[in-house]
Amino acid sequence: MTAAAPLDTAAIREQFPILAREVHGRPLVYLDNAATTQKPQSVIDALSHYYSTMNANIHRGLHTLAEEATAAYEDVRKQVAAFIGAGSHREVVFTRNTTESLNLLAYTLGSRLRPGDEIVLTTAEHHSNLVPWQLVTQRTGAVLRFIELNDDQQIDVDTARAAINANTRIVSIVHMSNVLGSVAPVAEISAMARSVGATMIVDAAQSAPHMPVDVSQLGADYLAFSAHKMLGPTGVGVLWGRQDLLADLDPFLGGGEMISVVTREESSWAALPHKFEAGTPNIADVVAFGAALDFLNDVGMDAIAAHDADLTQYAVERLSRLEGLDIYGPSDPAERSAVIAFNYRDIHSHDVATILDRSGVAIRAGHHCAQPLMRTLEVPATARASFYLYNERSEVDALVDGLLEAGERFGFERGV
Amino acid sequence: MTSSRESQNPVDLDDLYRDVILDHYRSPRNRGVREDATISAEGFNPSCGDEIQLSVAIVNQTLNGLGFGGSGCSISQSSASMMTEALTGRSLESAREMSRHVQQMLTDDTFDLDAVDLGDLEALSGVAKFPVRIKCGLLAWKVLDQALANASGEALNDDSDIPTRVTSG
Repeated sequence: MTAAAPLDTAAIREQFPILAREVHGRPLVYLDNAATTQKPQSVIDALSHYYSTMNANIHRGLHTLAEEATAAYEDVRKQVAAFIGAGSHREVVFTRNTTESLNLLAYTLGSRLRPGDEIVLTTAEHHSNLVPWQLVTQRTGAVLRFIELNDDQQIDVDTARAAINANTRIVSIVHMSNVLGSVAPVAEISAMARSVGATMIVDAAQSAPHMPVDVSQLGADYLAFSAHKMLGPTGVGVLWGRQDLLADLDPFLGGGEMISVVTREESSWAALPHKFEAGTPNIADVVAFGAALDFLNDVGMDAIAAHDADLTQYAVERLSRLEGLDIYGPSDPAERSAVIAFNYRDIHSHDVATILDRSGVAIRAGHHCAQPLMRTLEVPATARASFYLYNERSEVDALVDGLLEAGERFGFERGV
Repeated sequence: MTSSRESQNPVDLDDLYRDVILDHYRSPRNRGVREDATISAEGFNPSCGDEIQLSVAIVNQTLNGLGFGGSGCSISQSSASMMTEALTGRSLESAREMSRHVQQMLTDDTFDLDAVDLGDLEALSGVAKFPVRIKCGLLAWKVLDQALANASGEALNDDSDIPTRVTSG
């Protein structure tokens, strides 16, 4: 455990207006953070401030508003670069979301693949890091290989070694599972990918919000994540890539902003990162994402990671004491972060979610956009609680109470 | 901010989880494939993964028996279980009519329960007050519609986003 001081969740919660609302007459207990997080007032205000004071299209305008808007947008690019330890802000491309970042890579890198080339994923991928690669295999004749979970439902170095070989061209893996909460040994797998000359891509949609992520330590070539899962607005994704690699890639989308010189017949491309940002980007939401990064930096990613780990451990302890409760993922709570997938009794997770909702407790139920993983776990669906910096132990208690109520409703005796 | 609809008409979990529904969920009727089935169909909800397989024995325009399989939440599975009981012995025409009424009841929370006799199936009327659960209740009936349409050689005109298909003739 890190020595970071416990978070002052009471003070943090005051900055999230939505946490004051009630649901069905009960205080909202928001435990669906792996889907999207709530937004602090500073992010909401940043959106409003942008539109109230500096709205303009960026990069081309010669007037004051355009200069101010361009500076605000580009400042956030520098913030993002610093947040993930990137060598240059030119390595940061803004997209719509993690899914678009991964599709950009699948489209551009995929076009270089030949029949028999291998793309290595894990069985725990979100559909966003699976379906784009399936499309690539249909186009190119490349094939998918999967890193399996070990007996403790984790991606480990041994299972990775079994999937990566001389035919591997691309390794694209989830850093932190949105179902299991487990964290893959990315640095080791990156080294394996490098040793066979493969490109290494990391889906950091769940990890970037919950732990310090440093691209140089991960050894990755590309990294993708979304603003809305880390206090920012929806509609902003990040693609980070090593500068030499991005420079060598063909564009994904063509249009304005991404060109240098355009003739009737052909065009030359703008410098990085603009080559990958065709058309007017999501300026206001990028600017507001800057306020989210400020918020995270002020609290501190180490402190957030420690808080999430502490809360997750508490939740695992309390849930484990419930009769008939199955938790998926690593057996050691220290091996997981912020996400707990579970099933309770024989009650389907949708029924659990509906009953919890009536107590004001918001969780996710279903396949979590990870149907192959559900098959591996041999369950049709799971319930999932996921935490963030504003969640408290009392909310875990509310979750447990709601589960007991669900059990009673389905005819099980209340008992822990 | 509570929605005005809810404050006027509070929705209780008891409206959804009626005893009859929980009973059919815990003790499903007619579970399994009918050996004498003349038609089978299956369907699933892509958004949640609920699935229903249905086998129906149709003789002389009458549903002699129905069997169902699949997995999913209490609403999807109890809806299928109740359906197999309610339709046994009915004519094709009567089964179609009942399917139409049940689907109206599931989707419209002002449906008049006194207008038709749906028996135990009326326990599903509360589903209409839980918009995200309506698809759970509908699944078995969409699969039935597919099976019956195929039995009569008709094309099914369904604009719902529940994929269904006939599995055997």
